[in-house]
Amino acid sequence: MSTLIYTESPLGPEQAVYRETILAGDGWFHPVKAGQTLRIVDLEGNQAADTFFFNADDVKERYSAQDTIREQGAIYLTTGTKLMSNLCREMLAITADTCGRHDTLGGACATESNMVRYSLDKRFMHACRDTFLLRMVLSGYPVTKRDLAHNINFFMNVPVTPEGGLRFADGVSEPGKYVEMRAAMDVLCLISNCPQLNNPCNAYNPTPIEVLVWD
Amino acid sequence: MSAPLYCEVLPGGAGWSMRVARHRVLRLTALDAGANLSALLFNASQPLDRLNVPDTLKALHTAKLTRGHVLMSDMGHALASITEDSLGWHDPLGGHSTAAQIERKFGIRNYQDFRNDRHRNARDNFLVELAKSGLGLADLVANVNFFSRIDVDDEGRMQFAANHCPAGATLDLRTEMDVLFVFANCPHPLAPAGEYPRARVQIDLRRAEPPGPHDFCRTFRPECGRALALSERLFL
Repeated sequence: MSTLIYTESPLGPEQAVYRETILAGDGWFHPVKAGQTLRIVDLEGNQAADTFFFNADDVKERYSAQDTIREQGAIYLTTGTKLMSNLCREMLAITADTCGRHDTLGGACATESNMVRYSLDKRFMHACRDTFLLRMVLSGYPVTKRDLAHNINFFMNVPVTPEGGLRFADGVSEPGKYVEMRAAMDVLCLISNCPQLNNPCNAYNPTPIEVLVWD
Repeated sequence: MSAPLYCEVLPGGAGWSMRVARHRVLRLTALDAGANLSALLFNASQPLDRLNVPDTLKALHTAKLTRGHVLMSDMGHALASITEDSLGWHDPLGGHSTAAQIERKFGIRNYQDFRNDRHRNARDNFLVELAKSGLGLADLVANVNFFSRIDVDDEGRMQFAANHCPAGATLDLRTEMDVLFVFANCPHPLAPAGEYPRARVQIDLRRAEPPGPHDFCRTFRPECGRALALSERLFL
């Protein structure tokens, strides 16, 4: 296990201009303005928060996992990581992180990938991609499945081994751990609070998360 | 081996795309050492059904690609299977080069001064080839890089493996549906600076036997078998 660097935030929840709890299996699609800070709190621990961003002014610009890891030369996200767009521009930067490591290789669960990964009869279990698609369709923003690329899994631990293996390891998160990021442009933040029951990404017990925004 | 139905040599820097019918084998050969072929795959009949690198890696529990692996779409379909591989490691993590990176590493060589020896980048090649099929920036999702290797250390740092691909390395991709391939034969984004690499890659297309019940890729992992079964549902 590599070094995990924990960075606390000076921001107090009482100063937040927005505060909302997202239940397991629910979604959130909300603007965050340039200069605002978004915090996601893992309220009960080991809960994957699948998160994606669009440029609010032009949704063709969106979060890009490969641009993000290539620009920083490392696969894990933590304090100091710039979340990059598909146009290779900074969308947000992680400014505080009490978890220490987040994944952006694993993407979101989908009903179809659950069929491949676990069993063809898993088709009707709830999955993040359904939450993403429903939130996008109902949002009124001009976004469709075509605009959805692969996301960040906050609080998820997916190490790569020296042999080139990919593991879904036990979480490094705990109750109350959080990650915070400051927006460098006006963004739309799309979150699915992951309902996955087939692997340990939510410790087999999906639980609520909280989002807070500061000016 | 039968004579290829079609053969093409991609010069260094080239972009290429082609709709390939189901149950063909695309053999890729690095004619020169140090090749890197950035690649995207789409269901040719429905391009919203497209290569999904995370779904592929999760299903296979891998951060590299090699023989037996099945390249999967975000709809759970097998797009293509890796039926042969002389190299043992192809990169699904590093993404693709952009104009800004190529300029930083190799300097500017524009068309005005250098004609077709200009420095090309994978992003622009992808966008041009996607546009030819009515696709665009929204369809430019995470890609794979054939013939390259990225090692990841304990801290998560990515390291480009120099001298990974010798001249003559080959990879066979068997299509499991009609697939739109989009290739950019451009330097890996983590390749070292210096002289712009111009390794050529040959493409040979042949007919393939449909994968039977004991096919190596189908039985490589149960996830591969299920992805193949989901693709076969498209042809019921």
